[in-house]
Amino acid sequence: MAKKNVSVWTSVPFWRRSAAWVTGFATILLIWLSFDTLGQISMGTDADLKNGVDKRVPGPTVINYHIDYKMSKKRGHEVPVIGEKQLFFGKEWSEKDAAALLRLGKLTEQAKNCMDCHTLLGNGAYYAPDLTKAWLDPAWQKGGPMQGMTGKNTVEEAMAEFLQHPSQYPTHARMMPNLGITAQEAKGLVAFLKHMSSIDTNGFPRNFSKTVDQFKAGGTNAH
Amino acid sequence: MLTSIKTNEFAKSSSKQLAMMYFRVAIILFGAQLLMGLIAAIQFLVPGFLFELFDFSVARMVHINALVVWMLYAMIGSVYFMLEDETGVEGVGIGIGKLAFWVLTAAVTVVVLVFIFVQVGAGTEASIWFINEGREYLEAPRWADIGIVVVVLTFYWNVFATYMKGQKTGIMTVMVANLMALAGLYLAGMFFTDNISMDQFWWWWVIHLWVEATWEVFVGTLAAYALIKIINAKREIVEMWLWIEVLMLFGSGILGLGHHYFWIGTPEYWWEIGALFSALEPVPLVAMFVHVLYDWGKEQGAAHAEGKPGAVANNGPAIAWIVTNAFGNFLGAGVWGFFHTLPQVNIYTHGTQFTAAHGHLAFFGAYATILIGMMYMGVQYASGVKMLKSTFKSKMAIFLITFGVLGMTVALTIAGYEQVLIERAELGGGWQAFFTAQELPWYIQAQIWRTIMGVVTFVGFIYLVWDLVTIGKQAKTAEAAA
Repeated sequence: MAKKNVSVWTSVPFWRRSAAWVTGFATILLIWLSFDTLGQISMGTDADLKNGVDKRVPGPTVINYHIDYKMSKKRGHEVPVIGEKQLFFGKEWSEKDAAALLRLGKLTEQAKNCMDCHTLLGNGAYYAPDLTKAWLDPAWQKGGPMQGMTGKNTVEEAMAEFLQHPSQYPTHARMMPNLGITAQEAKGLVAFLKHMSSIDTNGFPRNFSKTVDQFKAGGTNAH
Repeated sequence: MLTSIKTNEFAKSSSKQLAMMYFRVAIILFGAQLLMGLIAAIQFLVPGFLFELFDFSVARMVHINALVVWMLYAMIGSVYFMLEDETGVEGVGIGIGKLAFWVLTAAVTVVVLVFIFVQVGAGTEASIWFINEGREYLEAPRWADIGIVVVVLTFYWNVFATYMKGQKTGIMTVMVANLMALAGLYLAGMFFTDNISMDQFWWWWVIHLWVEATWEVFVGTLAAYALIKIINAKREIVEMWLWIEVLMLFGSGILGLGHHYFWIGTPEYWWEIGALFSALEPVPLVAMFVHVLYDWGKEQGAAHAEGKPGAVANNGPAIAWIVTNAFGNFLGAGVWGFFHTLPQVNIYTHGTQFTAAHGHLAFFGAYATILIGMMYMGVQYASGVKMLKSTFKSKMAIFLITFGVLGMTVALTIAGYEQVLIERAELGGGWQAFFTAQELPWYIQAQIWRTIMGVVTFVGFIYLVWDLVTIGKQAKTAEAAA
């Protein structure tokens, strides 16, 4: 009854079986790798931070530490470096309070739809700056335009002030709209941003803001 | 298309009627997508446009959600359309399917109205449940997610029960299996986590495994069905190709997911896995293009050899859109995707207009085209004509839309290049770097061209709607006269 195929290459059952095997194999490999990855990107704890255990995604109390983003010779790109203790909004946050603040920040980030203008970890819309390492951006540090403009003395206070009244502090023709962010939500958002800057993103973004000073000085090395 | 369904004598298939209902909403949402895109494009050039009234984030949110939803509508419509032809039996439970259609459409209307008028909420769980989930493409609030799941289950039951009752062709087997994966993946996007890396990890399970795996297989299945219907291609050949496509699409696309795991906190081994498998993703797209053109040429040649002059395709506009699909999929998803898929390149291009360029051409080339083709098949069916020839309006529609989207893609690619080199490579991607790159004339020029090409696309869309509404009646009159 069944026609014998001359060649396996034109045999439907052959390709059907191959498709099933390849799909099954790829799926199993993906699931296996996902388990490994999920373990590696689960959030660390306060104890990890105290004991100097490197987690790709540190625990919420990372907001109590100074964070830097430095070139690692070994890895060939920048990595977050968690340094000394640093007060955040003038105090040290307990594990519970820090977690609650981060949660509020993440909820606010979603409810205010940040990702349809900004990118987070490079994903989102391209209308406004990437926020992956916004906490570390020179614009917000001492001597940058934002602390002066908002009249605040720390990165967190300047960011929180800006987030509550963004259109009062225009820097460019393209402005951030007022999204009705409350003082508490703004604190949460800043905690979220500080936490995000501590995530090991394999060196993205590369050479973060490295040449800003040079650019402001006229953008050249010529003398 | 809008009126023909009521008057046509072929409307005895309730499954196909339901397909037409889905197509109609799809085309309306397509229009909404383009309008929102135009608003967002203007905001790049005139930042004060609708500021604090209808901000970029709102326009962009509705732009991308209308896109996803119109495509899902047209996809569901396409399945209802092919269901009875493929299985050879009457669709099971189509009445409940129609109820589900109305529930879904009501839910979509409420979601869009809330997006437009409420826009954002307070930083609470309630906002995520009732206003906006704030995760790109999956902004629909949680209540709507659950509603979508219920409606999709109803739809899936229609398809599955009909499949079990009728003949199990290769095309339907792939369709039923693939739809289960497609629907199941949506669940991966339905939970809250305060860990942004975890959030993005699962978010990509939905987005990538939709558009670079299950949606692509879906398109392969539609093309297989359409080739049999339109040019009378041989089922054995078409189905053999379909299995080869499934093999290559899933073989590359599933692990190709790794190219989204370069920079979100996930480990380094995704560099190699993502690079290798995503680099293979264009291969099946080339194969699909070759397959469509080969089959068309072969059938046309065979018809001529038998002394049958004239076009072998019984639906001019549909075959034109399907060929555009075959090429657009390869160019938009394949070439434009490959451009920036290697981590060495992607570290600079990630999150720039490069991605937007790829997104525009890929969604259009891979999905919009074939779904429009399916709508033309719907029109042909609804008006009951044997032969649907392209009209002037059909040609204007396909030319202007394709030219417009290609133009937008090229413009955004240029904007992306500028951003990659100046913002990323030269200035290191910070706040100052971003604005410096956005304000340079090269970038602004590209955005102007993008907006012009967006208008061209919109004019094409008007031709498309005009054609879909009138072409059936016109063909019917012509056929009656002949």
